Amino acid sequence: MALTIKEVEHVAQLARLSLTEDEKVKFAEQLSSILDYADTLNAIPTEGIEPLTHILPIRNVFREDQVEPSMDREEILANAPLAEDFQYKVPKIM
Amino acid sequence: MELHELTVYELQELLAAGKTSSAEIVKSVLARVDAVESEVKSFITVTGEQALEKALRLDAQGHYQGIAGIPMGLKDNFCTRGVKTTCGSKMLANFIPPYESRASRRLDQQGGVLVGKLNMDEFAMGSSTENSAFFTTRNPWDLTKVPGGSSGGSAAAVAADEVPFSLASDTGGSIRQPAAYCGVVGMKPTYGRVSRWGVVAFASSLDQVGVVSKDVRDNAMIMQIIAGHDPLDSTCVNLEVPDYMAGLDGSVKGMRIAYPREYFGGGVDQSVRDLVMQALQKYEELGAIVEEVSLPYSQYALPTYYLLAPAEASANLARFDGVRYGYRDRDAENVVDMFSRTRDHGFGDEVKRRVMLGTHALSSGYYDAYYLKALKVRRLIADDFTKVFNDYDIIISPTTPTAAFGIGEQSGDPLTIYMNDILTVPVNMAGLPGISIPCGFDRGLPVGMQIIGKAFDEGTVYKVAYAFEQNTDFHTIKPKLGVR
Repeated sequence: MALTIKEVEHVAQLARLSLTEDEKVKFAEQLSSILDYADTLNAIPTEGIEPLTHILPIRNVFREDQVEPSMDREEILANAPLAEDFQYKVPKIM
Repeated sequence: MELHELTVYELQELLAAGKTSSAEIVKSVLARVDAVESEVKSFITVTGEQALEKALRLDAQGHYQGIAGIPMGLKDNFCTRGVKTTCGSKMLANFIPPYESRASRRLDQQGGVLVGKLNMDEFAMGSSTENSAFFTTRNPWDLTKVPGGSSGGSAAAVAADEVPFSLASDTGGSIRQPAAYCGVVGMKPTYGRVSRWGVVAFASSLDQVGVVSKDVRDNAMIMQIIAGHDPLDSTCVNLEVPDYMAGLDGSVKGMRIAYPREYFGGGVDQSVRDLVMQALQKYEELGAIVEEVSLPYSQYALPTYYLLAPAEASANLARFDGVRYGYRDRDAENVVDMFSRTRDHGFGDEVKRRVMLGTHALSSGYYDAYYLKALKVRRLIADDFTKVFNDYDIIISPTTPTAAFGIGEQSGDPLTIYMNDILTVPVNMAGLPGISIPCGFDRGLPVGMQIIGKAFDEGTVYKVAYAFEQNTDFHTIKPKLGVR
């Protein structure tokens, strides 16, 4: 199924990617060819087949709610692009 | 033989006999890295100074247990406390983790000596290391060829004798395919066998940690250390880890080995098919029962994978927003603009492609047609394996359709390069253990054979792999680096 430039823009917006015009054209073409390939799955009848989300029989794992040492705040903030007073600093939100 | 050429097992013997020290081994390995790294380019970071310090500390204790004193490398998506972890991405080019991955911590605590972090396709997405944001690793057997990927650095470093073993991760073939291309042993255990805690996530229902080594015995020995329950990874199962080394007796007598006809089809090079068929004959000579079977839905594994893995990746990679760590675009005026510009500039093309593909497959209006459909087909693919394993102990196939391809040869069309994983992806879909071991050469390049086992039966996979290794010498042949 061919993706239009408009659809690529929509997906990029959902994925928070600010694509250039050239990227939009390139990705529209490449994503379309991958989706065409994915469409080969339509040949398989799957009515009544239970979707397999996880290969293991997954159950919730619980533990005792015990206080344990957490990671060092300064060490973690050392990776922050911008921090002030032990807080992450970002450009204006509104 | 120089120390850097030896296996883990051989190094352990020398250490135990007092014939060498960890410092001597580490120096030999670092000298080898110095000598060949300009050609192979496996390492993103070399931790030589720290390695030597730790080796000297271990030597001072005067005795060595397990892997104490043995050098190792880690794919650069294993978080290493205090050591840069880039994931092959500009996004994490300066990221220094405040914690250590569980698998590498287990090795570290047992005295394993980290000598460096190894190159990979960005966020483990790729089959050649050409998607690394930094450089492309070269195949030690032929420097014009790719080493495979995404764990190309992990495989090339072992093949080039730069480290005796390395850890890597495998989501659709990222351990087995480069192991095949570089002529080394690469094991992806059962999903849930090894903790993924501290390994940068790509597709969480498929990712698994494994080992690249020079031979099967070393691989089993390292797996023994990293496998087992971890409360920090809720998908890491609480099952006893059997003694893998105890099963390495060279015997396959009476074992039932299946080879799926779909894995020997027209898309697979004749020379690759011939080599794996010869290996199957060898197993027959050794007393195994070898029969053809069918895995009809495996042909749909690749399109299924390219919906499910990107879908999971699009969710996992949402965390890279320039706020808490990693790259940030400094010119944005508001926060949403900052997210979008950071992600466009911080991610490479393949990552962007997959994030968009996954976002599309999960988006309103397409979820049922793509994501849900793929989950149903995934069940059919996994059920195929279950049926065959009702009657057989092991499944054998080629690891890849061809030997290593040329650098730049497949970079034009994403779909072409995806085809390299067509024989490894089904195994991740079913969560099964699979190993690639060398089974011959095609025009001077190594060819890998894939041995697939039942869930949590890594022991039988190792046993069967070891029996082949004991009766052949492919694993002892090394690339002639530096004497071109």
